Amino acid sequence: MYLYNATDQRLVDDRVIQFRGQMERFLAGCLSEDDFRPLRLQNGLYIQRHAPMLRVAIPYGTLSSRQLRKLADIARRYDRGYGHFTTRSNIQFNWVRLEEAPEILAELATVQMHAIQTSGNCIRNITTDQFAGAAADEIFDPRPYCELVRQWSTLAPEFLFLPRKFKIAIAGGREDRAAVRFHDIGASARVGEDGRIGFEIFVGGGLGRTPMVGKLLKDFLPREELLNFFEAILRVYNRYGRRDNKYKARIKILVKELGLETFAKEVEDEWEWSRGGPNTIEAATFNDMEAFFARLDYPPADPHDPAYRQALQYNRAFARWVERNVARHRVEGYAIVTLSLKKTGIPPGDATAEQMEGIADLAERFSADEIRVSHEQNLVLPHVARKDLLALWQGARALGLATPNIGLLTDVVCCPGGDFCSLANARSIPVAAAIQQRFDDLDYLFDLGPLELNMSGCVNACGHHHIGHIGILGVDKNGEEWCQVTLGGREGQRGALGRVIGPSFAAEEIPDVIGRLLEVYLAARHEGEVFVDTVERIGLDPFKARVYGEEHAAHH
Amino acid sequence: MPRIIKDGRIADDPWRWVTTDEVMTPECLAGDEHLLLPLPLWQDQQDRHDRARTGVWLAPDDPFIALLPWLAELPLIAIHFPVFTDGRGYSLARLLRSRYAYAGELRAVGDVLRDQIYFLHNCGFDAFCLRADQAPEEALGAFGDYAWTPVAGRGRALGV
Ligand code: SF4
Repeated sequence: MYLYNATDQRLVDDRVIQFRGQMERFLAGCLSEDDFRPLRLQNGLYIQRHAPMLRVAIPYGTLSSRQLRKLADIARRYDRGYGHFTTRSNIQFNWVRLEEAPEILAELATVQMHAIQTSGNCIRNITTDQFAGAAADEIFDPRPYCELVRQWSTLAPEFLFLPRKFKIAIAGGREDRAAVRFHDIGASARVGEDGRIGFEIFVGGGLGRTPMVGKLLKDFLPREELLNFFEAILRVYNRYGRRDNKYKARIKILVKELGLETFAKEVEDEWEWSRGGPNTIEAATFNDMEAFFARLDYPPADPHDPAYRQALQYNRAFARWVERNVARHRVEGYAIVTLSLKKTGIPPGDATAEQMEGIADLAERFSADEIRVSHEQNLVLPHVARKDLLALWQGARALGLATPNIGLLTDVVCCPGGDFCSLANARSIPVAAAIQQRFDDLDYLFDLGPLELNMSGCVNACGHHHIGHIGILGVDKNGEEWCQVTLGGREGQRGALGRVIGPSFAAEEIPDVIGRLLEVYLAARHEGEVFVDTVERIGLDPFKARVYGEEHAAHH
Repeated sequence: MPRIIKDGRIADDPWRWVTTDEVMTPECLAGDEHLLLPLPLWQDQQDRHDRARTGVWLAPDDPFIALLPWLAELPLIAIHFPVFTDGRGYSLARLLRSRYAYAGELRAVGDVLRDQIYFLHNCGFDAFCLRADQAPEEALGAFGDYAWTPVAGRGRALGV
C-alpha cells in the first residue's frame, strides 16, 4: 500500500488547520452560509435530511487494518456506531455534529486519510477495480497510477471550481470491474504491441439525470503522458463546460454538444503544448510508486490443502460461500474474498463499528493487512491463502458478513435514499429490504444465477440503477413513493444502459414485479444463460407483457 | 487609493477599473490615469500612446487570444471572477503564464476571497483585489495555508 511521506502528511495536517479556521470563522458569524458552504463541501461535509453527513475519501478503495479501525473509532465516538460504504468506495458518517467535523478530520489525518475530493465541483476521489493487484486477469496493477493521479488531483489548484463534479476511474483488468465507461474519464490498462504500457481513454460517460456510455477518446495513451493528457481534458472542460445550468454542466454534455471530434481536437491542441512538459511522469517515479504496491512475498500456499478440500466437500454452507464470495487470485494457492455487506434487513453498504474492527482483525490475520471497498458496496480481502478460507469464513460468519450472495439478486446496490438524503424522491433502503426478504431462499437465488439489482432514490443515480441488470429508480408521484423499473443495464466491456419497461409502480409492489420478471427469465433462459443475456436476446416485450398484461404492453 | 495584495504584501492600487458600459472620451484616454480597460475597449484603443498605463481585464469567457501579440508589453491583465465558484479564471491564468509566457502582473478581481488565494497564487496570479467586504490584512496569511506546492512531473514531490 502507499504510505504518506512528509509532504502528504503535511498537506492533510495543513488542511485540518485551514478547515478549523474556516469553521471558527463560520461559527463566529464572520463567514456567511453561502461563503462557507463550498468550503465545507470541499471537506466532505454535507447537511442532510436529519443531520450533517461527513463523507470520507477512501482513495481507490484501499484501506489498511489500522485505517479501518480508525473509521470504527470515529463511528463510535462521533456517530451512532456505524458507517455507510458508498458506490464510489467512500464511507459516510450520517450523524456527525457540524462543529466536530474538524476534530474528525484531525483523527483521520493520524491514519493518512481525509475528506478532500468527496464533494464539490472538483476532481473526485479516484476509483478502481476492487481486485486490483490480486485479480487473475490483470494486465497490470492500476494502483500506482491511481496514486499518481490522486496526488496530482488532490488539490489540483486549477481544477477546484469546475463546472460540476468530475469522476475518474482507472482499471487494470481484462474484465472491467471499475465501470470505466461510466465515468467522466475512464482509463483502461493496455500494453502496446511494442510492449509499451499505457491506457485506453474513455470520456463523457456517467449516470445521473442524463446517463451516457463513455466515448473512446484515445486508443492508446502512453503512461508517462497520463497527467498531461488528463490536464488537457480538464482544462478544455473547465473553460468550455456549461455553467448556466447545473443539469447540463457535466463533461458528457460538453462532449455531446461539441461532438466527440471537435472535443478531441480541443484536447489534442491543449495536449500538444504540454506534451513532454513538466507534468510528464518520469520512469523513476513509476518505479518508486510500483514499489509501494508490489507484493512479492506470498508465502507458498497449497491450493489443494486437504482440510480445505474436505470442507468444500462436506460443508455445504461453506462451499456455497466459496462459490459466490471467493474469486481467483493471480497467485496459485491464494484467493480474493468478498465480505458481503448485504445481509437481509441491513441497509446495503452499512457496517457497524464492531464489524469494522472484526474485519480489520481478519485482514490482519489473513489478508496482509489490506481491505478494499467495492463499488457494489462490499468489502474485499484481496490476499487470502486458500487454506485459511475456512477459518476466515467462520470469522466472517460470526460478524454477520458471510452471506453467500455476491453477484446475486440480494447483493443489492442501493443509495441511502429518502431515509437520509435530502435530494431523494423515495426511500430506497426499505425497497431493498423487501426484495431481500422476498427472495431469501438460497436455492432459488443460486438457481437464478448472476443478477445485479441496483436502486437509486432519485435521478442522481448514486445507486447506479442504470447499469443494474434490473434497475429501480425512486420517483415521487404526488407525494407518494413510486418506482420505475429498467432492464438490461450492465457494466463492463459490454456496458449498456438499462431501458425503462413502462409506467412506474407503487414501492410496495416492487417485490411482486420482480417476481414476475424472474418468472419470464426462468421460462425463457437457455442453459447457462444469465439474466441480462436473456433480456438482451428476447428484448423487453415478454417482460412487459408479464408485468403489465398483453394489452398494455402493446402500447408501450 | 484602494488597496490590493500584490506579491504577498498590501499595496496601493493606482489602476482605475473601467466597466464595459463606461463611455471613454478621448480626453480620458489621453490623460495620465492608469486605466484597466475591458477587452473590447482595449482592442479599440490599442493605439493609446501610453501603453505602460493601459491594462486590460478579462471576463472568464473573453477571447483572450486577441491579447497574444501584446503580451510582452502589457503591464497588467486582470481576470474577473463573477462568483468565486466560477473556476474558468484559473485555467486562463495557467494558459497565460505557462503556454503563452505572460510575465506582467496577473490580478484576480471580483468575488475573490481569502480561501482561494493560495490556489489562485498557484495558478500564476500575483495580485489580488479582494471582494469589498474582505480585509486584505486578514487574507495575507492565506499564502501559507499549505506548505505544499505542486511539483512538476512527480504529481507532487515524493520523499521530500
Ligand atoms: S440517488 Fe438521489 S436519493 Fe440516492 S443518495 Fe443519490 S442523491 Fe440521494
